[in-house]
Amino acid sequence: MNVKGTVFKYGDNVDTDVIIPARYLNSSDPGELAAHCMEDIDKDFIKKVKKGDLIVARKNFGCGSSREHAPIAIKAAGVSCVIAETFARIFYRNAINIGLPIIECPEAAAGIEAGDEVEVDFDSGIIRNLTRGTTFKGQAFPEFMQKIIACGGLIPYINSKE
Amino acid sequence: MTQKILAAAAGLDKVEAGQLIEAKLDLVLGNDITSPVAIHEMDKMKVQGVFDKDKIALVPDHFVPNKDIKSAEHCKCVREFAKKHEITNYFEVGEMGIEHALLPEKGLTVAGDVIIGADSHTCTYGALGAFSTGVGSTDMAAGMATGKAWFKVPSAIRFHLVGKPAKWVSGKDVILHIIGMIGVDGALYQSMEFVGEGISYLSMDDRFTIANMAIEAGGKNGIFPVDEKAEAYMREHSSRPYKIYTADEDAVYEAEYTIDLSALRPTIAFPHLPENTHTIDEIKEDIAIDQVVIGSCTNGRLEDLRTAAEVLQGRHVAKGMRCIVIPATQSIYMQAMEEGLLKTFLQAGAVVSTPTCGPCLGGYMGILAEGERCVSTTNRNFVGRMGHVNSEVYLASPAVAAASAVLGKIASPKQLEA
Repeated sequence: MNVKGTVFKYGDNVDTDVIIPARYLNSSDPGELAAHCMEDIDKDFIKKVKKGDLIVARKNFGCGSSREHAPIAIKAAGVSCVIAETFARIFYRNAINIGLPIIECPEAAAGIEAGDEVEVDFDSGIIRNLTRGTTFKGQAFPEFMQKIIACGGLIPYINSKE
Repeated sequence: MTQKILAAAAGLDKVEAGQLIEAKLDLVLGNDITSPVAIHEMDKMKVQGVFDKDKIALVPDHFVPNKDIKSAEHCKCVREFAKKHEITNYFEVGEMGIEHALLPEKGLTVAGDVIIGADSHTCTYGALGAFSTGVGSTDMAAGMATGKAWFKVPSAIRFHLVGKPAKWVSGKDVILHIIGMIGVDGALYQSMEFVGEGISYLSMDDRFTIANMAIEAGGKNGIFPVDEKAEAYMREHSSRPYKIYTADEDAVYEAEYTIDLSALRPTIAFPHLPENTHTIDEIKEDIAIDQVVIGSCTNGRLEDLRTAAEVLQGRHVAKGMRCIVIPATQSIYMQAMEEGLLKTFLQAGAVVSTPTCGPCLGGYMGILAEGERCVSTTNRNFVGRMGHVNSEVYLASPAVAAASAVLGKIASPKQLEA
């Protein structure tokens, strides 16, 4: 499975409070959450993001709260993949569980800038920066993770097995 | 310690760091923000019903008493689910408290337990020698349905605590010091193990505060050995049997640190990360503030309120200052009333709220306007955490928070004595 899009680039320690501020957590509707995605770090994000675009960040992406609303908001905003140097552990789990593809790759996190066109192949873990003509090797998604993502999350995946 | 607990819960003799295991759960926790998402996920599952109605805790605490119509709908969703599945440990307004203060108090978390909670500060129960960690709503849903969760066994970092902390130095200063030292991802994916004779000088409330903020260093969990104080706490609050695990002599650690508690000073985390720590002595210029919050799952326990009251006794908050005190549970509220602490707060010009997470995450009950500064005993000071994107949060202990409320600037209680 391949995804391709334009990159939104952020730095270290992007926390769940800026991904989706708690003042909007009185809703659990993906569309409503997406409307405020990244609002406190980049208020233009939601105006500019197109289906298939990617987020690339440095270390500890998604630190802070356990709110699953954070990956839900990113996914519902149309983002096809998040690449970072490292992810905070609860965010990592949540992203997989709701079917948002994420890849840890320090080289890609350093070598991709805002506005770059990037393509990711989940089978091989290959990340291509089409703008700069560079290639990075991230971790390939194991088969079960690809299935979780294809099914749209852990629960539909569990259901599909029964 | 963590590895031994996980091995037992997975039915294995031994586990190693990095190993993927499936463990039985002793408790699955959710609140009014995360549970509705989990309940919605459960509805999609083919499995109907919960694995054990006694081993699920549902605590509406973030936006209760309901802050608006949407929050009310979320709480209603949790309430109806609890009723439908006859959840034993559902805590309605009037009996609820902030989840991580409430569950140990109700005896639902004891040494040796494996606990997941759809709230990042679930790591608090490590203070009692339990393995507990925060997860998302989907994991909570799977946990409620199956009573199991998968884990990657974490490696561990060991912190040797030695010496006795000085007056006005608390568990909050210990954990802020550690986060300042290792950074907000210093323990990423790892277990933070606290050992050493210095622990004997820390009250249970101090230890809850320390374990609570393990997540702020990226940790999977924080854990303390079980000593007489911890056993006394569990005997007082719980009738459940507990199991004490101790670390092997030859246990392997990724890193080890020694922290001399007697050398620690009141510590404050500046905006906008918990790792931006400064001791009170390093602050050379006045930092004027608009609001103080004393409460939360980190510092809303009885001892925190006693400390704040000791500072505020016979004094008054600065002109124009808002000081908000939030006892974490009904029982703490009651005890604070009986001890006269609430009277001290009111006489000092503070307000006292019913238990809620409210302002900590910018929900309600003390939201900051543009440009405002708050000294807070809570756990996060990210951009926009307590309100406007251009507001600032300084994390500190109850002693520093109370002294700051009196002087209208970041201050230690010693400055009041001067």
